[in-house]
Amino acid sequence: MKAHLTRRYMLSASHRLHSDEMSAEENRLTYGKCNNPYGHGHNYMVEVTVSGPVDDQTGMVCNLVDLDGFVHNHILERYDHQNLNLLPEFAEEVPTTENLCIAIYEIVKRGFNKAHLEKIRIEETMMNSFEYLGENGR
Amino acid sequence: MVYLTRKAEFSASHFYHNPEFTSDENQRVFGKCNNPNGHGHNYTLEVTVKGAVDRKSGFVVDLKQLKDVMSREVLDAFDHRFLNKEVPEFLTRIPTTENLAIVIWQRLVPKLNAAQLHRVRVYETPDLFVDFYGES
Repeated sequence: MKAHLTRRYMLSASHRLHSDEMSAEENRLTYGKCNNPYGHGHNYMVEVTVSGPVDDQTGMVCNLVDLDGFVHNHILERYDHQNLNLLPEFAEEVPTTENLCIAIYEIVKRGFNKAHLEKIRIEETMMNSFEYLGENGR
Repeated sequence: MVYLTRKAEFSASHFYHNPEFTSDENQRVFGKCNNPNGHGHNYTLEVTVKGAVDRKSGFVVDLKQLKDVMSREVLDAFDHRFLNKEVPEFLTRIPTTENLAIVIWQRLVPKLNAAQLHRVRVYETPDLFVDFYGES
């Protein structure tokens, strides 16, 4: 039987929302205080949802050790305590939480093969969250 | 269609062990969850039902009935129990969070005559939860 498993992780990072395609005034209007020149930070809560048949032998969708190991090595090591604007994936893209969702989704989709990736959900603060289910997601 | 979710909490102990595995395999696959004397969690259960809003009552489902079914079928059987030894389904199935969600779904479905079950979500900790939608 198919079940969905979700694991939450925290990473802390800084960013500044700024687009080179906009004037200083447009950036300020679009991003408000998120455009402050020296950036600011968040404790991001990242939820990774995977799905698959529950294995008869183990009772599991996938072993959490495998999921935790992958997320630690490929997501937390990459983003935790970093300035997102300095990472190559945000050289051309603004490091909004929408784009961070997509970047993390692509890494997990490409590299984690123990279960099917359903969704990445990120809480930037307790008051806002973002979800990405892939290009063909609901 | 409107979705309604009711939450409940229960505390229980369990351990993970497959008698078809060797001791080494059990230890390798299940790690510290294999400790034979068990360990415990405060589980949070979310049951989501769906349906049309009744024009007379304004309800999707009678909450009292949903609460009673959850209490009788799940909480009375699971709360403050050792799942491996005291819940019949787990005499032969490993009480992982995945299997808890499936077993709870199977217990609720035949008893929920007024509403259609949509999702069973079981939190083992605030950072780990499983959703079951009745998919085969």
